[in-house]
Amino acid sequence: MLTPLYILLGAYFALIAWRAAADQTRPAGYARAAFFAILAILFIFGDLLAPAIAGVLVLALAVIAGFALPQQTALIPSAERAGQLRLLAPVLVIPVITIVLTLSLPYLKIGGIEFTKASGALYGLAIACILALALALRITDERPSSALARGGDLLEAIGWAVLLPLLLAVLGTLFAKAGVGDALAQAIGRVLPLDVRWVAVLAYGLGMALLTMAMGNAFAAFPVIAGGIGMPYLVSVHGADPAPLAAIGMLSGYCGTLLTPMAANFNLVPVALLDLKDRNAVIRAQLPTALPLLAANLILLGLLCFR
Amino acid sequence: MSATTMWALLPVLVVVFGFALRQHPARVVLVAALSAGWVGGLGVLGLLETLGSSFLNVRYLLVIVLALPVIAQVEAHGLRGLARRLISAWRGARPGRLLIGYLAVRQISAALGLTSLGGHAPMVRPLIAPMAEAAAEQEAGGMDEAEQQRLRALSAATDNVGLFFGEDLFLAFGAVLLMQAFFSDRGIELSPLEIALWGIPTAILAFIIHAARLLWRDRMRRARPC
Repeated sequence: MLTPLYILLGAYFALIAWRAAADQTRPAGYARAAFFAILAILFIFGDLLAPAIAGVLVLALAVIAGFALPQQTALIPSAERAGQLRLLAPVLVIPVITIVLTLSLPYLKIGGIEFTKASGALYGLAIACILALALALRITDERPSSALARGGDLLEAIGWAVLLPLLLAVLGTLFAKAGVGDALAQAIGRVLPLDVRWVAVLAYGLGMALLTMAMGNAFAAFPVIAGGIGMPYLVSVHGADPAPLAAIGMLSGYCGTLLTPMAANFNLVPVALLDLKDRNAVIRAQLPTALPLLAANLILLGLLCFR
Repeated sequence: MSATTMWALLPVLVVVFGFALRQHPARVVLVAALSAGWVGGLGVLGLLETLGSSFLNVRYLLVIVLALPVIAQVEAHGLRGLARRLISAWRGARPGRLLIGYLAVRQISAALGLTSLGGHAPMVRPLIAPMAEAAAEQEAGGMDEAEQQRLRALSAATDNVGLFFGEDLFLAFGAVLLMQAFFSDRGIELSPLEIALWGIPTAILAFIIHAARLLWRDRMRRARPC
């Protein structure tokens, strides 16, 4: 259902791979070309590949990213002239059109394609980007090739960081298969006296944050902690109200998301995009918000679940 | 605790130590993935199949890459400079105040389900971070490189905080439905409205804590001897 979108992205990666192979003036030309070529194969032919073959390609990507690609280079030119006001239009067009299409596509049927909420949002974003690109080219009076080349340079400068959210999502799946979450929940259950109410509250909220940090995703942590501590102890033994327990538990997990490099698209991709020297700079900037908020969540759990 | 459950924690330790020792993230993921496949007893083929199919399932995460040509094109023609000029026209601009405004917009729009109004590639890099930097240049003593780095990180952090603690208030958001389904499987029926409403106290506190930090930042810079 998302295949046309993936083919479009794959074609863009193929273009970048070809540019990298053709331009040997910059370092690691072949490694960069191989990286984007493999990415292109996974995007264009992904649905046709045997999963194990795709797995080999993913391993190859991780190895190239870890050992052959150069560290990122400067992304943001230091001094810049101020452009005209209308340059704002393409940037603002992206969210506006995305929102309109995200809300309307699930109710439409175009060329026999039916959209769900999720695919509608992704197609909405893609269409918005293409329209914004057309507008940007009109405003700047340049040919598409120049914008694609500049976008490719930016993507190459971000480099391996672009792959991290996917690799870490894959790792999260592997963790789930290996039973990591259950092991962690069990370990907490064995060590702590969960029949004491405040201990159970702390274990639930902190467990949610810690497991989210380990898995990189509060969605993965929620069923494990809510199933291992929330239901058997807080609801069944201590009589907690499940609605605030669920909501505040998930938000305690979100405090963990703010603190972990495993949540790469939130915490590591901006490091590359904003040219930050310290890889943990965004996490560091979030720490003074996340910790008091987590503490507040633990208190809220104690107050609101047992009214 | 049994030995098998203990072993299942090995991949987590790999991740914790790998990141703590500042190893290359791709290498950390590689070692952690291999160890997870090993302790999970997946076998070589099982590991490869899991890697492949789970990667293919999350390809949607890269759709945002389509925004890069747009951003790069308008940046090449002076968008970041424009963002700075717009801020220099606002005399009372301070980075903290500016980011509080962005936090409010991001959080409220996410709570209405409009999560695409923002993000690091489409908003923070081309507009929010340069605006925050321009506002810092108006402060007494200007902005050195360390402060520039801090402000960029703070801009990204503000986007994350606004998104996370806004989207959970949206009734049709995945997390809300996930929680509802989890309890429904266990014989407890909750309405999405109920779950979303109980998220409000945390959302308000998130705004207060982060906004207070931003105001505090402005105040400390003003009080700084120069």
